[in-house]
Amino acid sequence: MTPPTADELGLRLCHHCRLACDATAQHCPRCNTWLHRRKHNSIARAWALMMTALILYIPANVLPIMHTSSFTGDSDTTILGSVVTLWLDGAWDIALIIFIASVGVPVTKFLVLGLLLLTVGRGSERSRRDRTRLYRGLELIGYWSMLDVFVAGLLVALVQFGALGSIEPRIGILYFGLVVVLTMLATMSFDPRLIWDTEPHHE
Amino acid sequence: MSNGTTPQSPPEADVTSRRWRLSLVWLVPLVAALVGLSMLIRAWQDAGPTVQVSFETASGLTPGQSQVKYRNVVIGEVSDIQLSGDNRNVLVTIELNHEAEAFTREDSRYWVVRPRIGTGGISGLDTLLSGDFIAADPGNSEQRTNRFEGLESPPPVTYGEPGKRFELKAQDLGSLDIGSPVYYRKVRVGQVVSYGLDKSGDGVDVVVFVNAPNDRFVTGDTRFWNASGIDIGVSADGLELDSESLISVLTGGIAFGTPEFSANREPAQAGTQFQLFNERGVALSPGKGPAQMIRMRFDQSLRGLKEGSPVELIGKEIGEVSRVTLDYDPASHTFPVVVDARVYPQLMGQAYGKLLSAIGEPVGGPSEVPLLFEELVSQGLRAEARTSNLLTGQLYVSLELYPNASKTEFNVAKRPIRIPTRPTSLEKLQEQLTRLVERLSNIPYESIARNMDGSLDALQQTLGQINRDVLPSAVDSLQGMDQVMAQMQSTLTTASDALDPDSPERARLGHALDEVERMSRSVRELTDYLRRHPEAMLRGRAAPARSELAP
Repeated sequence: MTPPTADELGLRLCHHCRLACDATAQHCPRCNTWLHRRKHNSIARAWALMMTALILYIPANVLPIMHTSSFTGDSDTTILGSVVTLWLDGAWDIALIIFIASVGVPVTKFLVLGLLLLTVGRGSERSRRDRTRLYRGLELIGYWSMLDVFVAGLLVALVQFGALGSIEPRIGILYFGLVVVLTMLATMSFDPRLIWDTEPHHE
Repeated sequence: MSNGTTPQSPPEADVTSRRWRLSLVWLVPLVAALVGLSMLIRAWQDAGPTVQVSFETASGLTPGQSQVKYRNVVIGEVSDIQLSGDNRNVLVTIELNHEAEAFTREDSRYWVVRPRIGTGGISGLDTLLSGDFIAADPGNSEQRTNRFEGLESPPPVTYGEPGKRFELKAQDLGSLDIGSPVYYRKVRVGQVVSYGLDKSGDGVDVVVFVNAPNDRFVTGDTRFWNASGIDIGVSADGLELDSESLISVLTGGIAFGTPEFSANREPAQAGTQFQLFNERGVALSPGKGPAQMIRMRFDQSLRGLKEGSPVELIGKEIGEVSRVTLDYDPASHTFPVVVDARVYPQLMGQAYGKLLSAIGEPVGGPSEVPLLFEELVSQGLRAEARTSNLLTGQLYVSLELYPNASKTEFNVAKRPIRIPTRPTSLEKLQEQLTRLVERLSNIPYESIARNMDGSLDALQQTLGQINRDVLPSAVDSLQGMDQVMAQMQSTLTTASDALDPDSPERARLGHALDEVERMSRSVRELTDYLRRHPEAMLRGRAAPARSELAP
């Protein structure tokens, strides 16, 4: 039913230049990169990075990401706080975008990655094709969470009117940026081929 | 691809390296967790006490947003606002910072900062835009609590500010308010801290705070006065304008100073009571001593004399008019004006003591003042309403000695003391003028004019008669005389002819004839003159007539 795997054909794919090499070779004959059958330590790395991201996601949401000072007063903004403020002010569309970018996407990533890691760890065979599709989606949406960081960076750069008003970044945005980077790294360290590696065990 | 000799060795290496890398990778979440934990611990350590403050209203306060500030440093945040159980108050829960632990002292104060126009200018304007915030002032007490009653208005003086509080007794508050400035020599040295009606409701107790080091200028003899607004007074001294500073004009203020004569230069103790005078002049004037009521009765209109008009004894102000009332005398159908006045005999200064010793009364005797006035009245003391200001028509009561005034009775036992009066100088002037006019109108101008008319008529008749009768006859007689003279001349000529030309008689006769000739010429001239100027008979010859007589 399924076509033969590269392993079965005695081939290994170079991670770097995507050249199909002989499975016995140590280095890629074209780009001289180390050849591995699967990504190194993939599941553990993905788990560790995702856990880190999860831990950092807490301060990213709790701590303020921006400090707005104007003659109307100073205020610290957290991600969810700004979403609520925008929503209450009637700008539900912007609130929705920020909510999706800063809460929806990371949480989805955590859930999807967690699911993939768990199923791979358990050697599950169910809906492997869908899981692979999920992984593709995960890679696709990965950097969209950086929207928040960009917005904050843009505002900080633009809104500098001295006494009239200025916006300064706060530590929360750093954590948030780290969360996004770490989830991307975790996604990258996950090897989707592991989803299909269950087949030989099954056989 | 072709080299497949060692397919087993790489998996072994994989296994060993995998174990080692596993622990390294898991360091990342561990570090993250540690960092998070340390932040949590720090936040927990930073979390300060939570206090609950009750306010009348929560207007302007938002949970999670309103801040608590001390010296404009954020020390906490409002975390919750609830109604109190009885719905009378608002309970504001404040989460204080760790370092704001001092704000749980029992006498700490909390109040909401709102825009206020105060004496120091406009404050709290930033809250117009940023929303109100709660300000706090840490107390000194050792006791701690977490329930406070918030102040509805900011306390003007914070704890720990060096200076002294003084209590002022005032008749009314005037335009003073909490925060009204206190001036010393027009320098702002303090402010009004609080005020309230005194227990009896008869006055107002105003507490002022004078900042160190200027509080040392408040001595036992210091006088405080209300420097609110501009004092424009029309008084016996003319128009008076006095103000302390522009701010005090707008918002009121208190000034203090020590009179020149003050001997007590020791700084006053904190909490000393002072009287708050209404104006500077009163405040700084020396002590008046006890007042004595006097009553005067004037038989004239006293328009311009009113309450507060000064009473002067020989030019020295010794009191003020307290009441002006109208009386009716049914016997004479007149309305005498009764003037009651307060006099402060001690304002007479040295004269007071000397007068008393002159009449043999000890200072401080029970009826020393009536006796003193008796003595003065016997010396001719009279009250008189005088104009002090012609422009405004203000009057004042002047007590002056008129040694030749008619004697009057003085009843020592009567209260208030009755001081005999005498008409005003203006009144007297009026009287004299009236008398003068009366006398002038009594002169019989008509008969005088008639008489004069008759005399002038008679004079005219006389002159006409002279002209008509006397002058022509005089001319005639003079002409006759001329003829006589001519005859005489001819006679004498014949006589001269008759005489020998050498004889002395002849010569004398010639002389005589010359004389006669000159005479006749003069007579002719005279008659000519008289013919031309008959009035010369009466008036004599006019001075420049000499040239006319030349021929």
